[in-house]
Amino acid sequence: MTSPSSGEAVAKPASGSLSWLLEQRVLMSVAVLAVLPWLLPSQALAVNVLIYGVVVMGYNLLFGYTGLLSFGQAAFFGAGAYFTGIAIGRYGVPWFLAVAIAVLLSTCLAAAIGIVSTRTRGIYFAMVTLALAQLVYYVALQASSFTGGENGLRGFTVDRISLFGLSVNFLDPVNKYYVLMALAALAMWFQSRILNSPFGAVIEAIRENEQRARACGYNVERSKLIVFMLSGAISSLGGCMLALHLSIVPLDILHYQTSGMIVMMVLLGGARSFFGPFVGAATFLILEDVISVWTPHWQIFVGAIFVLFVLFLPKGIWGTLLDTLGIGKARR
Amino acid sequence: MSGELLRADGIGKRFGGFTALEDITVSFAAGQLTSIIGPNGAGKSTFFNILSGALRPSSGRLHFRGRELNGLPQHRFVHQGISRSYQITNIFPDLTVHENVRVAAQALTVSYDIWRNRARLPELNAKADAALDAVGLLGKLGELAKFLSHGQQRALEIAIALVSEPELLLLDEPTAGMGPEETKDMVALLERLADKRTVLLVEHKMKMVLGLSKRVVVLHHGRLLADGAPDDIRSNPEVRRVYLGQSEGYG
Repeated sequence: MTSPSSGEAVAKPASGSLSWLLEQRVLMSVAVLAVLPWLLPSQALAVNVLIYGVVVMGYNLLFGYTGLLSFGQAAFFGAGAYFTGIAIGRYGVPWFLAVAIAVLLSTCLAAAIGIVSTRTRGIYFAMVTLALAQLVYYVALQASSFTGGENGLRGFTVDRISLFGLSVNFLDPVNKYYVLMALAALAMWFQSRILNSPFGAVIEAIRENEQRARACGYNVERSKLIVFMLSGAISSLGGCMLALHLSIVPLDILHYQTSGMIVMMVLLGGARSFFGPFVGAATFLILEDVISVWTPHWQIFVGAIFVLFVLFLPKGIWGTLLDTLGIGKARR
Repeated sequence: MSGELLRADGIGKRFGGFTALEDITVSFAAGQLTSIIGPNGAGKSTFFNILSGALRPSSGRLHFRGRELNGLPQHRFVHQGISRSYQITNIFPDLTVHENVRVAAQALTVSYDIWRNRARLPELNAKADAALDAVGLLGKLGELAKFLSHGQQRALEIAIALVSEPELLLLDEPTAGMGPEETKDMVALLERLADKRTVLLVEHKMKMVLGLSKRVVVLHHGRLLADGAPDDIRSNPEVRRVYLGQSEGYG
């Protein structure tokens, strides 16, 4: 800090070790996720929170931070899962390379969908993303020799994870959780980097005032396309994690209902907050877990709860909690 | 500073069957404060939007420093050295005052960088501080822009436009909605700005326009009605008939 008027002074936390800890959002998030299996009723639920948390985090970059309401995020979640499964099952590619290829190909898919959709706005953007994501769904349904069609993709299992000379039994639930958590941590680090970067400021500016951002000299369309690709890349990593976890890829993962679920999760947790997506994913999955024991029509109850959240907690659980604690935007 | 900075050659703009501007030919010299006036519907905002790239002309050519601007997308105008403020306050309401200006400052250099930390770019922070200092908002750095007073928001918008260090600053009714005290502060700011750069101003407050400007361009029904020094405009019977008679009480 060179002068009391510099930007660093603005972003600097007030004081104290609590503020410093809150500033370390990736470390804090990883610390919470590390103990999640002991906080939730089952290991499987904790793994699902990790996976959906990453998917929703990617979506939050697009919706929460940039203000683009897409109904097609399932396309990238599903693409990540399918590309990983196909690379491992059909071509025998090592798991880490399969994940890298899957993220790369999903980012290309996001570029293709983004080139068309980011030229539209508002409801048109939402509808174009929905339509193109459904197109991906039908391609996966029809290309059954590659994807398994409506039966889903099967025939690939990762039982050992080896990297840099380390090898762990991936069938062990604890090992599996922490390997997937490492991938989630990677995604969080990447997203935090984006948010802290100059480009993070650009997407915030576009969300706040697209006309002003353009008048400032930003190519708004190109910026939206880039953030659409980055968002797709992060969500696709969640798909890769799902494929590694389940050893199957259900076709439903690509359906628009999955996109709707992702939107609900981000709103439940809190759009525009870093850890909100994990809170939203956990809330949704716990509600599903608990209510589906009582009734097969659990969606009615989850839907009603969602409406209450939108009406009374528009900033979601995490966003409201941070507001209540008076924690500033920079530390979210 | 002298010489021609911006030249509009036969600029016209049609919206369907409606002609908003017709055959406007005018040039603006460097280092001057020029005001564009005219009654409501005269085409001032349309002309301003064309000069800033927000609208494309239906006919005519626009040259800035000898380079043709026709066909350039709006965001490239800032990169050429043309920056603007809007008639209705146009800021980033949920960002801090400092971030409003810093994000505008980085548009010319590091837009797509996803690796560096934006808070640790001292040259951009310094630029933002300087622009905020120029408009008297250095004491409001950490406040959310939406909580500033109307006058402060107008000043912030000028800081956003100023931070790109434009050669040509386009200000669309910077005193709109301001009370007498805020207007006085804004006039003082405009005088300071006009000392260092070329300013094009659209304003309704005639006393202020005639006091500030070196030159006044009058539009009426989308056409150029008069162009000259403030005293010539004041005594021009055509201008008095269509405009001044209606608004001498302002300002």
